[in-house]
Amino acid sequence: MATETVPYGRSTQKAPAVKEVHILWITAGLGCDGDSVSITAATQPSIEDVILGAIPGLPKVHLHNPVLAYECGDDFMKHFYMAEEGKLEPFVLVVEGSIPNEKIKKEGYWAALGTDPVTKQPITTNEWIDRLSPKALAVVAIGTCATYGGIHAMEGNPTGCMGLADYLGWDWRSKAGLPIVNVPGCPVQPDNFMETVLYLLYQVAGLAPMIPLDDELRPTWLFGKTVHDGCDRAGYYEQGDFAEVYGSPKCIVKLGCWGPVVNCNVPKRGWMAGIGGCPNVGGICIGCTMPGFPDKFMPFMDEPPGARVSTASISVYGRAIRALRTISQTTLNKEPKWRHPRAELTTGYHPRSY
Amino acid sequence: MSTITAPTKDVPSKSKNLVEMNWDPITRIVGSLGIFTKIDFDAKKVAECHSTSSIFRGYSIFMKGKDPRDAHFITSRICGICGDNHATCATYAQNMAFGVRPPHIAEWIVNLGEAAEYMFDHNIFQDNLVGVDFCEQMVKETNPQVWARAQSTPAPHSNDHGFKTIADIMTALNPFIGSFYLEALQMSRMTREMFCLMEGRHVHPSTLYPGGVGTVPTVQLFTDYIVRLMKYVEFMKKVLPLHDDLFDFFYEALPGYEEVGRRRILLACWGSFNDPEYCDYTYKNMTEWGRKMFVTPGVVVDGKLVTTDLVDINLNIRILLGSSYYDDWKNSETFVTTDPLGNPVDKNHPWNQTTIPRPQKRDFGGKYTWVMSPRWLDKRTGDHLALDTGGGPIARLWATALAGLVDIGYIKSTGKSVKIYLPKTASKPEVEFEWKIPQWSNAIERDRARTYFQAYAAACALHFAEKALGELHAGKTKTWSDFKVPDEAIGCGFHEAVRGVLSHHVVIRKGKIANYHPYPPTPWNANPRDIYGTPGPYEDAVQNTPIFEENGPAKFKGIDIMRAVRSFDPCLPCGVHMYLGGGKVLKTHHSPMFGVQR
Repeated sequence: MATETVPYGRSTQKAPAVKEVHILWITAGLGCDGDSVSITAATQPSIEDVILGAIPGLPKVHLHNPVLAYECGDDFMKHFYMAEEGKLEPFVLVVEGSIPNEKIKKEGYWAALGTDPVTKQPITTNEWIDRLSPKALAVVAIGTCATYGGIHAMEGNPTGCMGLADYLGWDWRSKAGLPIVNVPGCPVQPDNFMETVLYLLYQVAGLAPMIPLDDELRPTWLFGKTVHDGCDRAGYYEQGDFAEVYGSPKCIVKLGCWGPVVNCNVPKRGWMAGIGGCPNVGGICIGCTMPGFPDKFMPFMDEPPGARVSTASISVYGRAIRALRTISQTTLNKEPKWRHPRAELTTGYHPRSY
Repeated sequence: MSTITAPTKDVPSKSKNLVEMNWDPITRIVGSLGIFTKIDFDAKKVAECHSTSSIFRGYSIFMKGKDPRDAHFITSRICGICGDNHATCATYAQNMAFGVRPPHIAEWIVNLGEAAEYMFDHNIFQDNLVGVDFCEQMVKETNPQVWARAQSTPAPHSNDHGFKTIADIMTALNPFIGSFYLEALQMSRMTREMFCLMEGRHVHPSTLYPGGVGTVPTVQLFTDYIVRLMKYVEFMKKVLPLHDDLFDFFYEALPGYEEVGRRRILLACWGSFNDPEYCDYTYKNMTEWGRKMFVTPGVVVDGKLVTTDLVDINLNIRILLGSSYYDDWKNSETFVTTDPLGNPVDKNHPWNQTTIPRPQKRDFGGKYTWVMSPRWLDKRTGDHLALDTGGGPIARLWATALAGLVDIGYIKSTGKSVKIYLPKTASKPEVEFEWKIPQWSNAIERDRARTYFQAYAAACALHFAEKALGELHAGKTKTWSDFKVPDEAIGCGFHEAVRGVLSHHVVIRKGKIANYHPYPPTPWNANPRDIYGTPGPYEDAVQNTPIFEENGPAKFKGIDIMRAVRSFDPCLPCGVHMYLGGGKVLKTHHSPMFGVQR
């Protein structure tokens, strides 16, 4: 008779504290869907790693994202209604796009998702946030529009839009006690977001402590350093060696790069699979992860005012250091003198046997 | 199909067995779109259709007064899947306005980036979004008889792609578990890596500038690109026959399927991939350098090529109202009275448009949408044509095929077809594919053209990579030309966003943006009836769509409608920037249609 054999090592595998989690994803803020598209580029982890259970210890994940969903229309929306009725527990709410101000006009709406079955009118995105956020285990804002307002909240905009924390309140807490989790970026760096989801799933599973966030509600391990800290062109900066034209491999601070003061890990991590990025590949940092984006960085192609002082002072030190290093480098680029084809040994060894 | 009809008041339909069927939101597209229909299940037809979109952002409004150098950074954010097309098109307009010509290698780098974008975007849309409409799960749920037949139908090109039957292909397309679905998803990442090599980041590039690029051209840069490109070339040798098999099967299994999404042949392509040998970004020479593009600009009406002249294309663009929530701009400033060649510029041209939103209640007998109606004035007839892009590839291939201008070895336009040559790869021999002008502009042919254009973009990239390496090997590595922003200037850029025509028009006054109007593909495809009563392209296309789904009203999924809609590769954010507000509804009586808004 066959008896089930339990592998010895199975004891290492712990059942998650929560078996299944739904991710409800609203893309109907004022955005471009660029964050949903972005996460399809992620590989650390990939979307299918998370959905297919490729990483041990995680709850089973059901993703409801309109860009990727099999279902359409009511079949898709039913999950949102179920969540509203408390029949889809637990769920994480992801919000993409900035939150318009619906109070500034007499009628109509700026952003909506689905149609009210009774009134036949569109249901505003804000209404969905009001309905779902109190029921959510966690609320995550993806991309700079949802986190801080972003491009669509630029000066002169007609919609009065804002970030999710501006809308719900910066002190807002989920029913599980979590603050809003902000993962900014325009768009979000693919792995930064999926890794944040992974962390939250670990937390839900009871395998990780409270997610560490900074004052702007960003995961600290992703946004604790500046672009400059992780930029492979920072060495040029240190030597006061600045690019005068785009396309130069040198530091591009004088061409409009805000890297030294922007919280972001992209030059370190690359854009995807370690490839691409911003200043590390010749693109000025325009501060797209920052609450002050875009207005405080415009016009983008001018040298940041603060950079004038810092680049001027570093130039004195940097040029001197560069000159000294050039001397050392010249020396180091020469082989030691005992490597030669002459019929004599000059290495310092004195052979007695030949 | 309707051509010119007077706008009518909303009249309740008299048909007896109409069933209301709504899908809000339509998923597996980019952006917010709702489709509201009435279906006549007895006649197996769509009786009525309108669409809604629910987002307004206001780009043309908040760009006023900004530094014109910022335009490409800002407009990239219009779209989250083809933002780089906007950024690129904006730099084209900036180059014209600033009077700057990028170094050759910069143009090749941009072309390599944009080619990668086409390779990526068509790939993920075709096989991870549209493909689901043709997957086992979907076909079983909507057409069990078709599924049964697919199981016993051998795939004619199984040697090329490895799937024995059509059903095997469908199974491989099942979302998140199908082998081909997963392979395509992976390929969409590799092509985005190629993109990031050239333009820094996907989807909002970091290294594009007016005057050139910040990308540093090194041997490694092109090695990294070419190695990936050749993997994609090999992939294409499998994908193209796979899709031919799948699409041909639908014609065979469902006679009459050519009517799904069919509309009159009214195709627009604004051209793609500038040739730096010729493109000097002057308006004066635009006709000539436009015809040197590696995808030929053109307007195709009823199968005839009406023009390939970008100046002609530009001057005849008209932005009409009629069913949209805006005031007209008759009394607003005319920014541009004549173009740099002295031709008059119409008040309804994007250079002269002023966006004056007027939010209001929906009235299906009056204004019911935020979408304006872009049209192209056919001077031969005086008609304001509701051109469509067919999702991009079908229009690009059609215009390029008829024009007979492109000949780079890898691509040869024959006057009636386009030949696409793919050299030997690791495990497959060389192949030459030929896209032949189809009989119809319909859902299946739009989808088929998408796959062929993926191969076209890859073949072009092979050419661009050779050209770029030539510059590099010659030591010409300068990637950027300096410029000054003039106090007063105008500019225009023409490009192909992944899903079709894209234009950016800018007016600069006192060194700042005085007017900026981008026109992406989706407003061309998804607009409502204009002031002359001419319906938009979706309206036509859905109006003619018969229902082949086997489900009755109770379990109806609307798969044929979905295939018709998705064949246009709807990308709603594209339209949103110029319209205010939320819902748009397009509605007619007795003529089924669709409206999209954005």
